Amino acid sequence: MSANPTRPPPASPSDALIEIRGLRTVLGGKTIFDGVDLDIARGRITAVMGPSGTGKTTLMRHITGQLAPDAGSIRIEGRDVTRIGREELYVLREKIGYLFQNSALLTDYSVFENVAFPLRQHLTLPEELVRNIVLTKLQAVGLRGAAELMPSELSGGMMRRVALARAIVRDPMMIIYDEPFVGLDPIALNQILKLIRTLNQTLGITSILVAHELAAVRRVADQIYLLAAGKIAAHGAPEELARGDTPWTRQFFSGEADGPVPFHYPAPDYAGQLGLAPGGGGSAAAPVRAAQLPESRP
Amino acid sequence: MSAVRPSPSRVMLGIAQIGACGIFLLQILAAIPRSVRYLRETVRQIWFVGAMSLTIIMTCGLFVGMVLGLQLYYVLSIFGGTAALGTVVSLSLYRELGPVVTALLFAGRAGTSMTAEIGLMRATDQIDAMEMMAVDPLAYVVAPRFIAGIIAMPILACVFNALGILGAHLIGVSWLGLDNGTFWSNMTSSVDVWKDVINGVWKSAAFGAVVTLIATFQGYTTAPTSEGVAYATTRTVVFSSIVTLALDFVMTAFLM
Repeated sequence: MSANPTRPPPASPSDALIEIRGLRTVLGGKTIFDGVDLDIARGRITAVMGPSGTGKTTLMRHITGQLAPDAGSIRIEGRDVTRIGREELYVLREKIGYLFQNSALLTDYSVFENVAFPLRQHLTLPEELVRNIVLTKLQAVGLRGAAELMPSELSGGMMRRVALARAIVRDPMMIIYDEPFVGLDPIALNQILKLIRTLNQTLGITSILVAHELAAVRRVADQIYLLAAGKIAAHGAPEELARGDTPWTRQFFSGEADGPVPFHYPAPDYAGQLGLAPGGGGSAAAPVRAAQLPESRP
Repeated sequence: MSAVRPSPSRVMLGIAQIGACGIFLLQILAAIPRSVRYLRETVRQIWFVGAMSLTIIMTCGLFVGMVLGLQLYYVLSIFGGTAALGTVVSLSLYRELGPVVTALLFAGRAGTSMTAEIGLMRATDQIDAMEMMAVDPLAYVVAPRFIAGIIAMPILACVFNALGILGAHLIGVSWLGLDNGTFWSNMTSSVDVWKDVINGVWKSAAFGAVVTLIATFQGYTTAPTSEGVAYATTRTVVFSSIVTLALDFVMTAFLM
């Protein structure tokens, strides 16, 4: 266990823990990434944001070697995860904590055993030490009292906190948080934000945060990457992006339906589909005609 | 987007599935040495698929034996050969019915639960979580179940046979009045341990391997939805039954 009590210095380009270059991914005939270049700075909190379905989770799966991209390289500490073997990949994964979107707790095991699982699998520690480590991590997420409960007895937010305790139990060099704030009440959200910041500041753990909650992300992230349409639409410090200098950032951070990201899934003409304007008319005119529908009925 | 490549036919998809299952078997075999450290998990699985299946195996064994006793007594009485009841029942059970019926019951009881359990682990990202914790799910989840199936099936088949013979004895001796000594002595004199009993054990071990392979493959490769898990569970029973009966024919032809 390494401990670096000082705040890491600002990252320079060469200080990137992860370097992604020319990432290209096609899944099911759909282009997810089309030439993505991205750096995750060592010892910093980097947020990856973007509209739903832009491949944020897929990007995390690429970084952890769960899914191979069609082209491009992903270097973690200089090693390309797209080219390393299974053994080396497992050695790397031991240094990465991953918080899954849906917690992914092992349903057969209690909360305590879930958090103890990575310790028991990779280390031979005295039971007393395992107990102390697990209880310390559970205390950090406020669930020390729930140690003996089964995952089925927990709420979604509690499960996420247990999963977080499990992700940090081995004090990894990097943690990937995939949607960590979903289902958390304001108190838990605040505590988890503090925990993410504390882990980063006290242990220098590099963190990647995939989230939608801009207000929460702004409180902790050092850098934000905005993914859209298979590319990096914008990146920079939270304050820079929040200014909304580009159409992408303006739309995403103000939450408007109109902009480069279509709110509507591709569909045929609205009025035409309702049978109000066969073969013509724009969707803008459709609501007016739809409103007239009751009167036009016999 | 125009569809240039035609979608593969059902036959091609079926062949691809068989190929994938073959590769999965090789992956399991490669993972077995790594699963030695998960001995506790293997023992837990033997208890789960073996001990927990005992009730259904014993009940069905008893009834199958009773039906065999009744039917064969009737047929043998036509030829005046009811004294051979013990022999016929025990040979039918040891050589065919024991391993086959146990495998079919095993697929229904243990195979489906394996598929559903692994399928739900897949659907709820538990398999991916293990991968991310640098724990090989093939060694931790699949290999112990595979070993458990191969160990538990022959034992279950033996229990099935024992209860089947007991059932036939109940009908033939206790109910229809066949001589107890004749029943047992004819049986012991005509049943060969190696040719009949051990061949049945080999068969049931092979069926255990096949059923467990199909069950774990279906669970491991299921679509991560509730519908996907439901389909996978059904496929486990259907494919296990077909493959068990087909393999039974092949093994019988070789072991005769």
